[in-house]
Amino acid sequence: MQNNLLRKIIFDEKIRSIVIQTLVIGFFALLVYSISQTTAYNLEKRGIGTGFEFLGMSAGYDISFSMIEFTSKDTHLRAYYVGVINTLLVSVCGIFLATILGFLVGIIRLSSNWLFRNIAYVYVEFTRNVPVLLQIILWYSILIHLPKIKQAVQFFEYFYLSNRGLYSPAPIFKEGFSIVTWSFVLAVIFSFFLRRFLKNKQNQTGMQFPIFSIISAIIIFTPVVFFYIMGMPLEFEHPVLKGFNFVGGMVIRPEFAGMLLGLSIYTAAFISETVRSGIISVSKGQREASQALGLKSNLVMRLVVLPQALRVIIPPLTSQYLNLTKNSSLGIAIGYSDLVHGFGGISLNQTGKAIEIMLIVMVTYLIMSLTISSLMNLYNRKVQFKGNA
Amino acid sequence: MCYDPRSIIIGGYKMRQIKSLLMALTLVLFTSTSFAATLDDVKARGMLKCGSNTGLAGFGLPDDNGVWQGVDVDVCRAVAAAVFGDAMAVEFVPTTSKVRFTVLQSGEIDMLARNTTWTLQRDVELGLEFVGVSYYDGQGFMVPSSLGVSSATELDGASVCIQVGTTTEMNLADYFSANGMSYEAVPVETNSEADAAYTAGRCDVYTTDASGLYASRAGYPDPSAHVVLPEIVSKEPLGPAVRHGDGAWADIVRWSLNAMIIAEEKGITSGNVDEMKSSKDPEVLRLLGVSQVGDTGAGYGQWLGLSDDWAYQIIKQVGNYSESFEKHIGVNTPINIARGLNALYSDGGILYAPPFR
Repeated sequence: MQNNLLRKIIFDEKIRSIVIQTLVIGFFALLVYSISQTTAYNLEKRGIGTGFEFLGMSAGYDISFSMIEFTSKDTHLRAYYVGVINTLLVSVCGIFLATILGFLVGIIRLSSNWLFRNIAYVYVEFTRNVPVLLQIILWYSILIHLPKIKQAVQFFEYFYLSNRGLYSPAPIFKEGFSIVTWSFVLAVIFSFFLRRFLKNKQNQTGMQFPIFSIISAIIIFTPVVFFYIMGMPLEFEHPVLKGFNFVGGMVIRPEFAGMLLGLSIYTAAFISETVRSGIISVSKGQREASQALGLKSNLVMRLVVLPQALRVIIPPLTSQYLNLTKNSSLGIAIGYSDLVHGFGGISLNQTGKAIEIMLIVMVTYLIMSLTISSLMNLYNRKVQFKGNA
Repeated sequence: MCYDPRSIIIGGYKMRQIKSLLMALTLVLFTSTSFAATLDDVKARGMLKCGSNTGLAGFGLPDDNGVWQGVDVDVCRAVAAAVFGDAMAVEFVPTTSKVRFTVLQSGEIDMLARNTTWTLQRDVELGLEFVGVSYYDGQGFMVPSSLGVSSATELDGASVCIQVGTTTEMNLADYFSANGMSYEAVPVETNSEADAAYTAGRCDVYTTDASGLYASRAGYPDPSAHVVLPEIVSKEPLGPAVRHGDGAWADIVRWSLNAMIIAEEKGITSGNVDEMKSSKDPEVLRLLGVSQVGDTGAGYGQWLGLSDDWAYQIIKQVGNYSESFEKHIGVNTPINIARGLNALYSDGGILYAPPFR
């Protein structure tokens, strides 16, 4: 009986693999358990306090670059929020810029214009072969060697460029501006349905409409009209040099600009290669067939080539978005107040809770990355072939 | 039949044996460091591992030959001289302000001597033990002279460069809010990055411990174009730290530092230490290991687990506190710091070591 069982474990492929997998998982669980036990034991033995109470303690330091109100009296938890928002800010802006630049460069690399094609080639080969950290530091050092604050360069009357950032007028929304905002939102929703309606009509009757122009006009002019109806409820606060710094207005800091430039220019090089490979993957016959049908070259690109190329482009593009998001943690090199720099750096040092804070930071990046990839997977599913084609 | 789980036999081993085998394996695999006495570890290694600054002129910085120099470095050298009789038996582990405590807690280094402020939280909650104060510091502000600022109270609206991961951020936040002033914080990671941002004009003010400001200023192309403002906004007692829980090791580090201070009090220098062995002062004789404890036939080193000439070796090889100070950061060095608070209590400062008896 026992012999039989042993025989089964060794010779039955199915049972054998189950046993091996169970053993591997069990050993891994044991490993995780013993590591955490040892850590807890060592920490206790050395009299190091553990726990997450510190999140409610006042942070004691200031973060100047913050989208939400933050003072030194706020808690470490709020410092965490500031960090998450700053990380998301630079990641989202970076992804946006990198996508536009990447698609542009990818298409230019396939252009028949020798000069453009080769400029794009040099750009791609240079940026993707130099570590991104160096590029970020390069951009930052260029930015902080712009004119000093007292010699700030003035342009368009109210804009000032200095090594402390680009100062611009800040809009002040007065009473009634919310109506303008709402009219914009409604215009967007209306255009969405209008587009669907016109598309359906085109599918049924074959009649073509200048959809893009119509929608643009609606989205732009509706808020403008409401803006005048409401009596122009918008003013600008201009930056004025007072004492050490400009007072008033808005500012784009060199730390943020350096991160954004470094990340998006680096990632765009990879995206352009992805785009190029996607476009090349669409067979020549598709292009020739659509030209034979009499489609103009921009329509060939938009209606035939790109939709098919996207199927190839999306999966590697997702990886590039993830890379960009994770690379944003390099902000620490130039003092950009992202998650790793503020919460994962300063808070860590003030409280000494290295394990807890690193755990929180890692889980946060994990969640961000998983969110990005699941969104991209959703989009990927949308552009893939439907049915068993 | 009685069922006893311990009697189950697998492959010739009893369950209990397997269990203890597994536990031993786990211990071997995952216990990073033992909690044996640090002194024994250091002796077995033949080398003291000391956490130093990544580079702060006058406090801890390798010279042209790669030899670490500075007042913090000298504290490590003193401990090595006391333990091995060889001040050079130190391996320096450069630590940033961010990792320094973790490195010490994990046992990667034996002691930390790196301009670190002694605070309640670090001393108690982080499981460290500060053994004394090697330099009384305070946070100051440096500005370019061309700004025409003469007091920190005129800094409303300024951009301030801060080295992150220190007590300075908190002092800065407190000082500005207490005086009803606003500022833009420009947080930078290391001292050299702060220097770069400050000299490029990214910020108007650089704030850190006054000693650090003097050290940075000495490295600028034109040191006279920068002034350190008179306001000192915090107490920053800097001192060496060890892991909590090994009192014997803490005593060795504490008394190595004290020996340097007592040597200055008694006028013992690296130059005259041999003559001082025939001094008439009983405390000098006790310090230098000449006299014995009662009639035990052994000197005062036995209490620390060291040889009797431990303090003699410190003074001979490293020098007294004053020698170390004047050599690395004193008024005749580019760093140019006056003794100030760090003078002996008998000279108007607050430097004070407990009696050697």
